Amino acid sequence: MALPDTPAPVVAPADEGRSRFEVFSYDDQIVRFFLLATVIWGAVGMLVGVLLAIQLPWPEANLGPYLTFGRLRPLHTNAVIFAFAGNSIFAAMYYSTQRLCKARMFSDVMSRVHFWGWQAIIVSAAITLPLGITTSKEYAELEWPIDIAIAVVWVVFAVNFFGTLWRRREPHMYVALWFYIATIITVAVLHIGNSLALPVALGKSYPIYRGVQDALVQWWYGHNAVAFFLTTPFLGLMYYFLPKAAERPVFSYRLSIIHFWSLVFVYIWAGPHHLLYTAVPEWAATLGMVFSVMLWMPSWGGMINGLFTLRGAWDKLRDSVVLKMFVIGITFYGMSTFEGPMLSVKSVNALSHYTDWNIAHVHSGALGWNGFLTFGMIYWLVPRLWRTEWWSEKMATAHFWTGTIGILLYVLAMYTSGITQGLMWRAYDDAGRLVYPDFIETVVQIIPMYWVRLLGGTLYLLGVVGLIVNLWMTIRKAPKHLPDPAVALPAEAAAPARYSARTAA
Amino acid sequence: MSSSVPTPKKTTSSHGRHRRIEGWPLVFTVLVTVSILVGTVVEFAPIFLARGATTPMATLTPFTPLELAGRDLYIREGCNNCHSQMVRPFQDEVQRYGPPGTAAETAYETPFLWGSKRTGPDLSRVGGKYPHLWHVRHMEEPVSTSPRSIMPPYPWLLTRRLDLDDLPRRVRAHQTLGIPYSDADVAGAVDAARTQAQAIAQEVASQGGPADLADREIVAMVAFLQRLGVDARANAANAPTTALVR
Repeated sequence: MALPDTPAPVVAPADEGRSRFEVFSYDDQIVRFFLLATVIWGAVGMLVGVLLAIQLPWPEANLGPYLTFGRLRPLHTNAVIFAFAGNSIFAAMYYSTQRLCKARMFSDVMSRVHFWGWQAIIVSAAITLPLGITTSKEYAELEWPIDIAIAVVWVVFAVNFFGTLWRRREPHMYVALWFYIATIITVAVLHIGNSLALPVALGKSYPIYRGVQDALVQWWYGHNAVAFFLTTPFLGLMYYFLPKAAERPVFSYRLSIIHFWSLVFVYIWAGPHHLLYTAVPEWAATLGMVFSVMLWMPSWGGMINGLFTLRGAWDKLRDSVVLKMFVIGITFYGMSTFEGPMLSVKSVNALSHYTDWNIAHVHSGALGWNGFLTFGMIYWLVPRLWRTEWWSEKMATAHFWTGTIGILLYVLAMYTSGITQGLMWRAYDDAGRLVYPDFIETVVQIIPMYWVRLLGGTLYLLGVVGLIVNLWMTIRKAPKHLPDPAVALPAEAAAPARYSARTAA
Repeated sequence: MSSSVPTPKKTTSSHGRHRRIEGWPLVFTVLVTVSILVGTVVEFAPIFLARGATTPMATLTPFTPLELAGRDLYIREGCNNCHSQMVRPFQDEVQRYGPPGTAAETAYETPFLWGSKRTGPDLSRVGGKYPHLWHVRHMEEPVSTSPRSIMPPYPWLLTRRLDLDDLPRRVRAHQTLGIPYSDADVAGAVDAARTQAQAIAQEVASQGGPADLADREIVAMVAFLQRLGVDARANAANAPTTALVR
């Protein structure tokens, strides 16, 4: 904070002709872009998910060669993670960073390059993955030319973000910005580290790592994609939008410091829990397990700070679909960050690994936590970005209920199927023989659960379709001209923060 | 829940210290970077500096060029999304599939294909388990060999021509990455692949299968699948017994 007696070096000497106010504006157009991309790609990614959910119990739905389960599954995961959740965090970051820094984004051109570059990457993923152009490494399936494009666009984004921090007018960085910094730095390190490969053709490369090395690098990346693409930016989103929507300050500043640093430090170690009981060295697997269990506390620090921010405001849930969405999202965060450490315990993992239990776990994260936080943000943002009320509040509430029932059906079905199959694989009779020696018996048993999952997933998608209709009708009645919101700050207060922060220090 | 409006807590001195770096984006960013690099370095340094994890098994030989082509088809079709290639040291898994997977037998695999989901059975020990013709029939129509299977059919593997143009470059890339292929292996990759394809196709025909598969993708896929676990089996004679978890 600039101290009252701090001289403000950038303020020019009193000048009659000069305004004593500095006027600037926020770039909200880029937020609208990212928000629209979020809902469109969300629907696409979930639609592919529904097709996959049909293909499992009903293989005739595999439309070969391009639309088989093996080729579409990476398309589904990439679309939901990088297109749906990705555009969502960018919308959140572009909206909140400008306000928290009291500054327009560093460069409008860079913002556009980031937006269109990212959409081009998504389109190229949607084309190449069904063509069978894939590295096979989970959540890093895209081949090297697209990997390079991702790196370039990410660097543009980083320069734009840090440039905005540099030109901020608010000396203090709010906790949401800490999480954004961690996101931008770590995703860059992970993406580059895991994608190093030797190209042999435009659509083919081999990783420079082999065997155990490749497995450890992949899950260092894979787990921390969850950590720094699906957790830290969403915590930043939560820290900005939840207090706004609840009109309450964040519960604990001290807790936010503790859980931020412990989360950032501990998460990176947890990758090997994806490789328990495999050929990776025992010490690495155990280290991964221990740090995963430790992760429970920093994760719940975030959940507690979120839920307790609503203290004294719980009555607002009755009327606010935004807060309803946030509460479900944060609750799912708490559940899946308890479940994650539990699944990392070796004896639990022995049962759960390779089964649908993991599928339940990732969907409670992606649909429960990322999805609902995204929807909460969208329901809060749209009236502000388009300057009109939602077309239908009832439809928004209906979205909340279809989404909630959908995700619950989904995860309960997959828990049942995962635990059932895991137990069947290891079932012995009294004579010491496998009860189900034929693998197919354990598959046939869980097919009813696949249909329940399809129902849950379809409900969830229907909620998103409702959101799109509601959004479309809302935009139609919005003013045609939406100028960027302008802000006027007294010139002294508007001194670029880097000067005042330095003097204050 | 308290109904009083919360008041901001008094800033203590420890807050003050953190407050200060909250005004320094550069310092903050450096601290974050250090935080994430500690775990990264501690976990990776032994794996990359010590040879233990990447020393190949005595009986391990690199994939033949045709098997390599088959492996790339396995990757193209995304088989790894439903099939693991890593047996865990549990009695039921060993009974079902074979001995547990080891680091030494995957030392030449890039990318690794251990998988994370077993929608279908593990494949790391499938080599030699079935005749070639079984694999041809199974890929063409899974339920013909495995009734009630939910695996999609891959009939195009029997009709699409196997593209070998890239093969020398692919073998060369493996050589560059340190996998022991000789220059002769690179130069003779296409011929070696054709010879092996011919042998597989003849065997399929002799077992009563289609006669014209030598230049189709399916022979590469069969070659790859039939290789899985073979080197480990050759090694098994002098391997120590692993304690199994029941």
